[in-house]
This record gives sequence, structure tokens and C-alpha cells, in this order.
Amino acid sequence: MSDITKLTIAQALDGLKRKEFTATELTSAYIKNMENGRHYNAYITECADKAMIQAQNADKRYSEGTNRALEGIPLGIKDLFCTKDIRTTAASHILDNFVPPYESTVTANLLDDGAVFLGKLNLDEFAMGGSNETSYFGPVINPWSKDKNLVPGGSSGGSAAAVAAHLCAGATGTDTGGSIREPAAFCGITGIKPTYGRCSRYGIVAFASSLDQAGPIAQDVTDCALLLNSMAGFDEKDSTSCKVETPDFTSFLSGNVKGLVIGLPKEYRPEGLNDEVAKYWDKAAEMLKSRGAIVKEISLPHTKYALATYYVLAPAEASSNLARYDGIRYGFRAVADGEHLDELYIKTRSLGFGKEVKRRIMIGTYVLSAGYYDAYYLKAQKMRRLIQNDFIEAFKECDVILTPTSPITAFPIGDESMLQNPINMYLNDVFTVSVNLAGLPAMSLPIGLAENGLPLAMQLIGKPFDEATIFKVASKLEADAGFERK
Amino acid sequence: MAGYIIETAKGKWEVVVGLEIHCQIISKSKIFSGASTEFGDDPNTNVSFVDAGFPGMLPVLNEECVHQAVKTGLGLNAKINKYSEFSRKNYFYADMPTDYQITQFRYPIVGEGEIDIDLSDGATKKIGIERMHIEQDAGKSIHDLSPTKSYIDLNRAGVGLMEIVTKPDFRSPEEAGAFLRKLRSILRYLGTCDGNMDEGSMRCDVNVSVRPYGSDELRTRCEMKNVNSVKFVMQAIENEAKRHVEVYENGGTIAQETRQFDPTTGHTKVMRKKEFAHDYRYFPEPDLPPLVLDDDYINSVKAEMIELPDAKKHRFVETLGLTPYDAMVLCENKETADFFEKAASGHDAKKVANWMMGDFFAMLNKKRLDIAQSPVSAENLGALVELISKDVISGKIAKDVFEIMSETGKNPEQIVEEKGLKQVTDTKAIEAIIETVIASNADNVAAYKSGKTNLAGWFVGQVIKMSQGKANPAIVNKLVRERLDK
Repeated sequence: MSDITKLTIAQALDGLKRKEFTATELTSAYIKNMENGRHYNAYITECADKAMIQAQNADKRYSEGTNRALEGIPLGIKDLFCTKDIRTTAASHILDNFVPPYESTVTANLLDDGAVFLGKLNLDEFAMGGSNETSYFGPVINPWSKDKNLVPGGSSGGSAAAVAAHLCAGATGTDTGGSIREPAAFCGITGIKPTYGRCSRYGIVAFASSLDQAGPIAQDVTDCALLLNSMAGFDEKDSTSCKVETPDFTSFLSGNVKGLVIGLPKEYRPEGLNDEVAKYWDKAAEMLKSRGAIVKEISLPHTKYALATYYVLAPAEASSNLARYDGIRYGFRAVADGEHLDELYIKTRSLGFGKEVKRRIMIGTYVLSAGYYDAYYLKAQKMRRLIQNDFIEAFKECDVILTPTSPITAFPIGDESMLQNPINMYLNDVFTVSVNLAGLPAMSLPIGLAENGLPLAMQLIGKPFDEATIFKVASKLEADAGFERK
Repeated sequence: MAGYIIETAKGKWEVVVGLEIHCQIISKSKIFSGASTEFGDDPNTNVSFVDAGFPGMLPVLNEECVHQAVKTGLGLNAKINKYSEFSRKNYFYADMPTDYQITQFRYPIVGEGEIDIDLSDGATKKIGIERMHIEQDAGKSIHDLSPTKSYIDLNRAGVGLMEIVTKPDFRSPEEAGAFLRKLRSILRYLGTCDGNMDEGSMRCDVNVSVRPYGSDELRTRCEMKNVNSVKFVMQAIENEAKRHVEVYENGGTIAQETRQFDPTTGHTKVMRKKEFAHDYRYFPEPDLPPLVLDDDYINSVKAEMIELPDAKKHRFVETLGLTPYDAMVLCENKETADFFEKAASGHDAKKVANWMMGDFFAMLNKKRLDIAQSPVSAENLGALVELISKDVISGKIAKDVFEIMSETGKNPEQIVEEKGLKQVTDTKAIEAIIETVIASNADNVAAYKSGKTNLAGWFVGQVIKMSQGKANPAIVNKLVRERLDK
């Protein structure tokens, strides 16, 4: 039999239904890959034993004919999703002993559909980072690395690397400023950040509540649709989740793009944009044009303020969301009995959080403090509104927006310019953060290889709750690009 | 009332006071979680993962608390804001599990209002309400169980609070006391807060400043936190105002600071100086959408409103002829007012009021009973008054009957019947007794006839005594005089 871990989820489901192989065989094959692929450092916690029990249960279901939508599909879960009785660390020392007594809604949905959980995937600490280098558990290695070890992107770096290296059939990710799309791009696979409110945030360790959104990372567009079908849905436990129907996203894959208007924002083509990125962008537009879509230049005039806006608002919310990690009730505590409460806070948080997390807590605390609130937080909120309005105006002229996902390809782990100046790292988010600020759905899918042999990706941005159009356009772009995955 | 003036050798001063009152909302579950609000359960038994600030947990607004807040706002004759927002107030403390409190800041649910307070001289005064917002309570820290450890009970964490902020309208300790009593009365009528200051379900922060009498300036104020009885609030104002006057008259200045009231000494001491004041870094709560109420909702709550103490008091004065003071006392709590109305129904309301204010309350006090536990039912009290009105028994006998009623719970007719206490109004029977008395007191009859007419009273007393108190005193009086003057 050929390697069943190379199958997409759609193909694997097919094979399971036809009894070409069992769920136990499939899970075992992935567990073997995980063992052989530990050098990628994609998993923080492996759950082989639990996974095998789930797989056996799936086989029972198949034999009884009660198999569910994702029955027996082995998934990796970003270690930001709380999983009942499975350690959930957020890749932080401060939570490295935390075992949640509850299940996040998104992972509960996946379990309810029969998915098998192989383990918890590495990420940037508290999802803060664009390279997976801020993880307390060490960096993840991009499977595309050749002579030098490359970053997988972040923050869902473990998810993207695991999917690209076939250490799981698909994975969950979260995206606050590009954390699904950038690693998907760097690893040559596909990921979608749905509309804010499409997936419940209940049980996901919060980074920036008004921006965080869960989504799938998978081999291809179809697999993303299959996973999102299961992950999405209104949840009364999350007051920001929306009461909207969850359509069958796979039903849009066969659609036609003829007559659709594809917007290309001129602000995403700044002076000095990498030639290869620009070239692939034009090529993608051409592909859609030749299928009958109309390509149109649009304007998102406040784009240049997006990054600054994001790096005020996200840390502000984070500084408050992360206050609860104080060593009192759970997690790491660095103090001896009898010491003062303030000592407990200072020691626990100084030792428990990594450098980047502390940097963002300090930025966030600063922008919310008396005397600076109006100049930073309030101004950023106003700018966020303007950025949202940009998209509202743009979508009067087009149906979907096409942009590159990242201005660069994966870079080496420990890159000096990134580490010495965090701004250089933040600049990689330039094409992705606006989408979070506006709460829109956006997908990243590979478009081709750069001259350095590394994947480049395109981003499709849709109207609120119009993931349908994204899937429709993405399926065509995917077919025309003919990208060869790892 | 005439101004409360602090007069010293150097001048006259006026006190300016504003109150902030935290009122625990009566609701089955907490304001942002499903945990019970039951008071007095074992520590840390009514705590959900949301209340304990676990990772990924999200608040969900309890509609019942909103309903209670709107009801309270209407009871304060205040504007109900159709748009309000939740904010986070950030500070670290061990009994605040998320290390931020969800409260309302810029946009509270209730705006300006006013209530009347009743002063001891019979006057009323309007006190302005600045705003009322809803928020979550913190847990409890227990510092006296161990010399080196503090204990935390999170049962209270997340219980809904209404914070009522008054305008600085109080000019005396008495006014503040009257306000607290009136507020408590309104809250209890509405069933939105039980108002028990000693149990902490109503807690008062007092802001005090003074100014030269006749001036309208507002000088620096000091805040006294958590003063937990009406008496202490009045005492705190009095002593804090005196302290300010002393400081000013000795050429000093008052620093804005938070002070603690010590109930054992009646004085206040510094808790926190302004320079150490927390910077709470308020910002809009991203986990909760704005709270939007429509007219239909507000009207439906309006339709549920019951008659409140002031309206009831006016009705008792206007239609039942009670004195304003009696009406105020009877209306202070709803159970008493309801009892009174039931007792007065069909009977002489003023007489019923007199009985309640006198013997009835004295009996409850003596027996340490709530009105709900009264052995004398409202119907029986009314019946007793009716027996007096109809001259069936005298007022004096009625006191004895009431005594028996309060011991046995029997109805007064039955007691009068059983004990044969019916008043004798039959002139023949009374005349017979008079004859007996006259016959056996010839010397006093002679003395009367010789001019000692004040002996008439003595004869009346003898007759009533001989009738065992049952003879109607008015009739006896008339007949005795007629007989002696014959």
C-alpha cells in the first residue's frame, strides 16, 4: 500500500469508507511519522495512546455504519485550544503543567464529528510571534528546510509544519494577525481564518479577544472546507460568536468564478515589494481572469496604518487577558510559602513568561495607562474603524480581494535582523493584520515556489461570512497553480 | 431640615457628601456565569471555571441581572440607557481571579435619576442619582486563619453588583442616613437587592469634603471605603468633616486619598494616598458585545413595577388620613405596609396605624420577631380595632385582649367571648352596680353632696372595678353623675 499519510482528508475519508484501510492503521501510520519527525519539534504533547483508542472507536463506527463527518481522521491541535485531560500549555512555561478540566468548543465539535487527536502542536508563546521562535518548548523546523533550518512561520507554526510533514492529516490553528495564514504560506499548505464570530473562542487561550479566530490548516482547499464545516457554529458560551448558519463549505468548491470581480488593492504593492511576490500575484490574477473573472484595482487607503493599529490593540487586550496567569490558582508558581502576594506575582510572571510575551504585556499596559489611552488605544480604535470602512467601500466594487499572504518566504531560525529588531518580524504581518482588524475571512494557499525553492502564497479576503466565495475562487486558483506539496 | 453646620470659634462650615453604594443583585446565578449566588455555602463550592478565571473561559451576560438593574433604575426614577457597554478595570488581587473586573465605565446601563428622602423634621429632600452601572463582585480574602497564609473564597466572585453613584447632594450625616434607608427600602420593595449592610450585600463608599458655609465651591474630597452600617456612615461623615475643618483652620490642606473607617474608634485613617492610586487601565470588554435595550423591553419592565414606598406613603396620607410620619414608618418595608393595608381594610385605618406603631411593634420587638412571623395576624389586628370602634370592648380591655392574641394567636372575638370581656353598655345593669356602690359608701355620697364633687371620679372607678372593667366608661361616667346629682 502506498503511504496513507500522504492522502488528503477527503481521500482518507474515502479510503476509510471503502475499507481500503482502517482508522487504526491510519492513526498508527501518523504516530509512526510523529516518532520519525520529532526533529521538527512540531508537537509539544503527543497523545498516541488516546489517539489509538479513538481510532478503534472510529473503526467500530465504520463497521456499524454510524461513522460521522470526520470519523477516524487524525488531527493535530494547536496547543492554545483547551483539551479536557490533555495538557494545554500555550507554549508557555507559565502553563506548562496545566491540564484543563474542560474542552474548547471547536475541539469538542471535531471530537463530536469523530476526529482523532494525535497531540498538541507547538506555537509561539501565547500565539505571540510570527516564526514560532518564542515557544517555551523551542522553535519548530519548517519541513521545507534544506541546508539551514527555517522557521515555519507563526504563531501556528507547529500546525503548519505538522501538516506539511504529514505528522497529522489536518490541524487547528488560530489567527490574531496572520497566525494561520503566514505559517500556511511558509509551509506550502492551505489555511483559512474564518470571519470573526464564525468559530467559538470558548476554551481557546485568549491572546487578543477582538481579533482571535480559530480556523483549519490543511493540505488543500477541500480539506479546509471539511474541517471548517465541523469547527464552525454559533456557541452560546461565546457572546461574540454569531448566530449564522454554517453552510456546507465543500458545496462551493465546484462553483464558477465567471463574472466575479477580483479586487487587487494598490496599497499592497508598495515600493520595493519583492519581484517574485509581485510576479506571482499578477500570475494568480491572470489565472482567474482567464477563467472569466474580472480583475480590478481597488484601494484600501488606510492600509499603511494597519500594522501600527494592530500592535497597539492586540497588546492592549493581551496585557489584560494574560493578567490571570498569576500563579494563584493554576499553572506555574515561583514563590515560597509565606512570601508577600506582590512577590508571588512578580516572580511568577517574570520567570513564567518569555521575552516577547513580556514585551507585549508592557506595550499593552502602556497604551492603556492614564494619560496615554487617548493617544494610543483610542486612536487605534478609531483607525480600526477606518480600516473596516476601507473594506466596506472596497467590497462595493468587488466580490473578493486577492493579495500576497507574506512579503517574504520562510527565513532561517535565529535570523539576526528579526531577533535584534522585533519591528522587522512585525513587518511580515503587513498583508494579514488588516483582515483581523476588520473581522473578515481570509485564506492563504500556495501559488508556487520562489527562486530559493520555498513556497509563496496568495491570500483571498472575503466579505463578512462570505467564506463561500473564498472557497469558490480558491479551488480554481489551487487547480491552476498546480502547486506540489511536500 | 435646617442646615447642618460645623461651627468653630473661627467660622462656619458646611459638609458636602456623595455616596457610592454597591448593591448585590438578587439573582439565581452570577452575572457572567451559571454558578449559584447562594450566600453561606462552603467556601469555593459555587465557582465555575469562568469565575475562577481559567484559560479560555468567557463571560456570558445573565439576562436576569440586566432585568434587575433596569427595574432598579426605574425605581430610582432614572433614565434607562438603551446603549451601554462593559469595560475591564484592571488590577491585581488574589480574590479577583482574572485580575480584572468586568464593569461598566463610559456607558452605564442607568443614567441620572433622583429619590426623595424623609428627614426627621417631616421635610423631604431630593437627592440626585448620577448613574448606576452593573459589574461583577470579587471573591473574599481571609487573612486571619493563618499567620503566614491568606485564604481565598471565590463563592462571591462574579456575583452581580449594581453600583449606584449619587450626586454630592448631602449636607449632613442625617441626610446620608435617610438616603441609605430609603434606598434600601426601594431595593427591598423591588426585590433587586436584600440591602443587608452587615452581610455585605449593600456596601457604601462615602466621599466627604467641607467648605465655608454659604460658599458653593467643591473642595478636595476623601473617600472612605466599605462603611458597613447606616450608623457608621453617619459617624464617618461627622468625624471626617470635623477632621477637614480642623486641618483647614490650622492652615493645612486636605489631600485626595482613600481612607478607612474604623468602627471601633469612629475615626478614619489613610488607606491609600493619591500618588499610590491604581491606574485601572479601563478599556471596553472585548468578550462582550455592547448591551442594547429596546423600548419594548424597557416598557415590559415598567409594566412590572409595583407601588414604591413614596407613592404608598402619599396614598396612606391622602386617602387613609395617616400622619406623614406614621405613613413613612409603615411604608419603610413592604411587608409592614402590606400587613397594615390588610389590617386596615374595612376598619378605621388611623386606629389600626396607632395600634401598629404602638403595641404591635412593641410586641414584635419584645419577641424579636419579623412581621412575617407575627402571632397576631393582620385580619385579627383589624378585628380588634373593630371591636373597639363598635364599643364591644374598651381600649383598656383591648390591651389585655391583644396580649392574649400575641400569646395564643387566637382571634379577638373568640377571646372576648371566652373570657366574657364584652363591654357592658346595658344601662340597667350599670345602674344596678351604681346602686350597690352608693349603698355601701354612704359617707362618700354625703361628702359629694356637701361639695366634694371630684369624688365622682372615685365612684366611676369603683363601678368599673366592680364590673371587672367591662362597663363602658362613658356610660358609667354619665350615669354616676346623674345618680349623685339626683
